[in-house]
Amino acid sequence: MTELIIASIMTMMTAATPLMFAATGELICERSGVLNLGLEGMMLIGAVFGFAAAAVTGNATLGLLVAATSGAFAALIFGILTLNLLSNQVATGLALTIFGTGLSALVGVDYVGETIDQIGSIHIPILSDIPIVGRLLFGHDPLVYLAILILLGASWFLSRSRWGMILRAVGDSDVSAHAIGYPVIAIRFAAVTFGGLMAGLGGGYLSLVYTPLWAENMTAGRGWIALALVVFASWRPARVLFGAILFGGITILQLNAQAAGLGIPAAFMSMLPYIATIVVLVLISRDAIKIRLNAPACLGRPFRAER
Amino acid sequence: MKHLIKLATVMLAALLSFGVVSTASADKLKVGFIYIGPPGDHGWTYAHDQARLMVEEKLGDLVETTFVEGVPEGPDAERAIAKLAETGHQLIFTTSFGYMEPTLKVAKRFPDVKFEHATGYKQADNVATYSARFYEGRYVQGQIAAEMSKSGVIGYIASFPIPEVVRGINAFMLGAQTVNPDMKVKVVWVYTWYDPGKEADAAKVLMDQGADIITQHTDSTAAIQAAAARGIKAFGQASDMIHFAPDTQLTAIIDAWGPYYVARTQAVLDGTWTSGDTWHGMGPGMVVMAPFTNMPYSAEQMARNTTAALTSGALHAFTGPIYNQAGELMVPAGEVAADFPMLATMNWYVQGVDDKLPE
Repeated sequence: MTELIIASIMTMMTAATPLMFAATGELICERSGVLNLGLEGMMLIGAVFGFAAAAVTGNATLGLLVAATSGAFAALIFGILTLNLLSNQVATGLALTIFGTGLSALVGVDYVGETIDQIGSIHIPILSDIPIVGRLLFGHDPLVYLAILILLGASWFLSRSRWGMILRAVGDSDVSAHAIGYPVIAIRFAAVTFGGLMAGLGGGYLSLVYTPLWAENMTAGRGWIALALVVFASWRPARVLFGAILFGGITILQLNAQAAGLGIPAAFMSMLPYIATIVVLVLISRDAIKIRLNAPACLGRPFRAER
Repeated sequence: MKHLIKLATVMLAALLSFGVVSTASADKLKVGFIYIGPPGDHGWTYAHDQARLMVEEKLGDLVETTFVEGVPEGPDAERAIAKLAETGHQLIFTTSFGYMEPTLKVAKRFPDVKFEHATGYKQADNVATYSARFYEGRYVQGQIAAEMSKSGVIGYIASFPIPEVVRGINAFMLGAQTVNPDMKVKVVWVYTWYDPGKEADAAKVLMDQGADIITQHTDSTAAIQAAAARGIKAFGQASDMIHFAPDTQLTAIIDAWGPYYVARTQAVLDGTWTSGDTWHGMGPGMVVMAPFTNMPYSAEQMARNTTAALTSGALHAFTGPIYNQAGELMVPAGEVAADFPMLATMNWYVQGVDDKLPE
């Protein structure tokens, strides 16, 4: 039984990791006041370019770097369109998802059915061998730790660092931030790019670690889940960690329940995280102060500097 | 904004239209194929594409083939099939169960075009159906799994609760029971044919729950790769997947559609094509087992003998007595299950399967 619980938690963590990457990036992006619905597209772009790089060079770590970079490039396109050319963020984000789906399929045609060397789990002598706790704390693949580190870093950045406060100021009142003299567009560009970088990493995690292969549309909606996750976490990084484990965990639990023969309908379990999101949305919408505290006030609004 | 909407519409249209790949020229018999996944899945669609290539190789200049990949089951399928019929294809293979109704609908509109629908059960004057007795291979796999498993628990990744899949689970179980009557099979339904992430998740969960052999009725290599990552043995599906997991694959059921496709295409060329239902197994060579690897000699020997018996017809995978989960006698001792209705519409588990069949 303990073995089953440990194994399930380990599997849950890997399911949560791509969500953590993508959601952390999107959270920073939204905190700066930009809503990027292109997560799914950026993840797919990261997944395919990362896999292609790993397949060509034989180096999975390089693949991850390429995944992150290509995600960031996709985000740059989004940034130019929405921040410089002031196009509608919702429409542009949706277009980015459609574009990413198509581009990744096109690039990926030659890589379907290829194999690469997977990035495996780490094993720290002594520490990883401690019963129960050893594997839970020290037995994951390195990217699980990276995702958690970035998440904690983002949390620190937003609440403690000077630049984090500025980023939030830009997201909450672009006009005042501009009046004080902060470069609103540049800061938003940085946030959008970071979002793309993270989404690319999340996609790369899927094609390089999770299932070491490329398949068309392999993110299978995880970008949308990450988007829901940001709202679920009410724009607080620490809650993203909790939410990602919950969202990722439900899918694993759903399969676990089936394998154990519990007879709970699979569709019902898959529905749960979304119901939770709606409930959270309703709850935070009821409390006006909480919204003001967390949701970026300028989210989705274009900014044009008045001179 | 207007421009954006325009742009998005164009993109959507591009996304929704399928890439039709063709090697065009006139006066040849045009043969079309509709695929559910990409030919590179190294599973179900790959096997059909290998068969298409065999048609091209064997019949050479007489034919010209076209395939449309990644066609979802449903209204999109009807559009894709009709498109092939409109563009002069005389013979069209629709290679997934869910294309049944779309194929019949299009066939009505194009009475001169011949259709071949895989794994379906509804025929028409110009619609033939064909399938392979994959369950024979699953019976062999069940025996191997029971022989190899130490935990006595097998993980089975199932796609949709349709007769084809249920039959496979039952045959697997019956095979396993000949070696170890107490064998347990844990079943996880993923409700997809092709979603590598989900297939890998299912494999991991089954291994978490103590399964030490993994088998799948889904199309990608994700499950066998997930098993390989944990050093657990598994079976390939639809094609030989040994390349993806050299130390993991025990064997694989290979769908050998090639000879059938060549024969049917030849029949259209000769003008002798007639509708009908073909259900071939190991005997005529439509189901082939990949080499038995990563197992001791005794297991290999047993698998070989069973395969030979199934091929010669000396053994039928569904030989009585067979009981259902409630303990009712479904096939009396000494008899074999009839193709119709029992095997064709199978919607019950044999005794010993540790799962409740979803409705």
